[in-house]
Amino acid sequence: MSTIITHPKAAPAEAIKDAAMAKQKEMMNRHYDRLADAPKNGEKVAATFVPGNLNELLMCFGFANNLPEVNAIQSGLRRQSGGYVMEAEKQGHSEDVCTYVKSDIGMMAKGNIGPNGRKLPDPDVLLLSYTGCFTFMKWFELLREQYKCETIMFHTPYMADGKITPDMIKYMVKQLKENVIPTLERVSGVKFDIDLLREHLAKSAKAEDDLVWVLESAKHKPSPIDAYFGGIYYIGPIFGAFRGTDDAIEYYKFLRAEIEERIAAGKGPVTPDGDMGKERYRLVVEGPPNYTNFRQFWKMFYEEGAVVVASSYTKVGGTYDFGFRHDPARPLESLAEYCLNVYTNRNLPMRVDMLEKYMNDYEADGLLINSIKSCNSFSAGQLLIMREVEKRTGKPAAFVETDLVDPRYFSAANVKNRLESYFQMIEQKRAGSRSVA
Amino acid sequence: MLDVTQSTTAEIVARCEAIFTDLDFGAARAWKADKPGGKVIGFMPFYVPREIVHAGGALPLGIMGGGDQLEVIHGDAYYQSYICRIPRSTIELGVSGRLDFVDGMLFPSICDVIRNLSGMWKLMFPDVPARYVDLPQNFDDEIGGAFWASDMAEMRHWVEEIVGRKISDDDLRASIALYNENRRLIRSLYALRSAEPWKVASWEVYLVERAGLVLPVEEHNTLVAAYIAAAQKQQRPLKDNSRVVVSGAFCEQPPLNLVKSIELAGCWIVDDDFMLVNRWEKSDVSTEGDPLAALARAFLHDSLSTSAKYEPDASKKGAGLIESVRKNHAEGVIFAMPSFCDPALLERPMLQNALKAAGIPYIAFKYAENSGQMQPIREQAGTFADSIKLWSGE
Repeated sequence: MSTIITHPKAAPAEAIKDAAMAKQKEMMNRHYDRLADAPKNGEKVAATFVPGNLNELLMCFGFANNLPEVNAIQSGLRRQSGGYVMEAEKQGHSEDVCTYVKSDIGMMAKGNIGPNGRKLPDPDVLLLSYTGCFTFMKWFELLREQYKCETIMFHTPYMADGKITPDMIKYMVKQLKENVIPTLERVSGVKFDIDLLREHLAKSAKAEDDLVWVLESAKHKPSPIDAYFGGIYYIGPIFGAFRGTDDAIEYYKFLRAEIEERIAAGKGPVTPDGDMGKERYRLVVEGPPNYTNFRQFWKMFYEEGAVVVASSYTKVGGTYDFGFRHDPARPLESLAEYCLNVYTNRNLPMRVDMLEKYMNDYEADGLLINSIKSCNSFSAGQLLIMREVEKRTGKPAAFVETDLVDPRYFSAANVKNRLESYFQMIEQKRAGSRSVA
Repeated sequence: MLDVTQSTTAEIVARCEAIFTDLDFGAARAWKADKPGGKVIGFMPFYVPREIVHAGGALPLGIMGGGDQLEVIHGDAYYQSYICRIPRSTIELGVSGRLDFVDGMLFPSICDVIRNLSGMWKLMFPDVPARYVDLPQNFDDEIGGAFWASDMAEMRHWVEEIVGRKISDDDLRASIALYNENRRLIRSLYALRSAEPWKVASWEVYLVERAGLVLPVEEHNTLVAAYIAAAQKQQRPLKDNSRVVVSGAFCEQPPLNLVKSIELAGCWIVDDDFMLVNRWEKSDVSTEGDPLAALARAFLHDSLSTSAKYEPDASKKGAGLIESVRKNHAEGVIFAMPSFCDPALLERPMLQNALKAAGIPYIAFKYAENSGQMQPIREQAGTFADSIKLWSGE
């Protein structure tokens, strides 16, 4: 049931999207309109982060959820982030640090215009859900200076020993009960209703089931989805402002049905240039993508018949495929476990285990790491991850370097060269395996 | 063996410099060789409760990277060019066998790079226990305090496993008392330098402090006291230098030449944030009652401000730095920060805003632990010192 979106007199370069991607875009647009209309409609706005996004809780207080990383991504996709990053650097922010932060700060300096061309509202509260990324703490301290609004620190301990301890949960639940919820009540003027939270969490779990099905559909050959480039569209609603809503349930049902049809028809993923040709390489990708040249980057893969069958980036908002579900029976504990389980809050050995499992379960030909210049949370240690996965699986791995939203760090020729060499390496490895057999 | 109590500052500093430049950690190895069954536990910046290690009879060893004397060969293969120097030189120390006598490693929650290094250590050195020290970002006794105390209880158990014996509360209180003494001495040393900076060169203070990351605390206490006594006696020429606070060097350490260059350029460093661990608690940690609860309270309510610690009160951002400027009668701040250091560089604009509002001049530059070219830094610091002299009070 893939739909080709065409526009009258559209330029031929217009990206082709499947119906679910188009639906996702419509949901995002609707959400940005909601944010822009929030002051007019008397809605309060909370800014928070994708990993550790407590959307179900925020909805209990009627907050519209504004995610600055998503704004930076949108700026990247629209080729505006480069100017924003430079604006922030002009203000004195170091060229060495996270470009999401600088894109956000630069965007504020330029009027805080969202992707729908309308001004984003100032947040009423900054929910500093601090999980998996050190920069988050500094980012909201910086925003606090600008917005001068209440800021709530919600600290998630790191899964350093690969396990969640009762003390971690206790710490987080106490923070929720004694800091997070009372402050949200005060700022919103709405009394907390735990049963409403349970309702939202139950809806989250339903959507999460379908999301996992979608991600795991890539085990089919050919894979009906690209779990990295396409996956970014698919995670949008659940990682953003829709988790816990009927919209998210419907979206993932719709997506699942579409993919079921693709599997039945033996089709591969939809790419911006239409249905992908023959699947030649199945890859696992570690690290976030580049957004400033997103389509160009993706094209380097699908032109060569490379499909990403699993990616770590689509787990930054939750590792649902490892069993976690929001649980209405244990609402606050479940929120804590969700935050603890996000990919970047898992220690390096866990990350290696995950990638190794993906390599095996998805019968991948290799691991590709897209190392992001300004994201130490992901990037520090990736060269060791690469070696470990290579050692354990015997499959070739490769490394490319780009950035999230800073176009200065995307060198198309270099990346393409490396990818082409990598695909050759996979071929050689295959030929070697065949001759041994 | 040098009797530090009878030594001149030059002799004490020479001893400290020998410890500093010894990338095989000979002093710590010697300590271990003298103590049958003795264990050494390494730790990284910026803070760990060393008392717990000491209470187990082990030697806490500060690993501050490899400085400018270590040739990093293997370490670079583990990191992209945009990652700071300290993890790569630390890996180099590990891979090259320089840490082969270390029985455990502690990685505090300072940033994502050191956090991920804790996992790398587990993968690369599976026989050496590695522990991440998850410092609280909530400063309520019942919430962050309880969590931190429970984490320290786990750390206590972790040390017990390494040393092979139980650590009693009395052991902990005795260690707290020794480290209280150490912190008092470091504070006295800083106070002396602030009062009479011509008598106490900052590069000497740095070396004396740094020795405390390798030597047992008992020995370091004697050494610091001896240095203070010797420094007070000596006469050195008074110069018309500008008084500055150096900020941003709490993790990857600047080359010693950088500290010297700032002074040579006409600045007295009257406060800094080098190696925060040895003065993290601003006053004595209580030796009464539950020792872990006392350490937790000190962390929450009586510790320095640094970028890796959340500041819940927006109005207090930069207050610690401004207080240091005022207390030490500094005339400006030099932000000296390692390249690619997220904590320092993300914090800097907020600190600069606070200084601007307080009318305190500042300059900023970046370094790496292996920076060799000091001329630009000398010029920048010199210009800053001159500008303070020429235009301060306008």
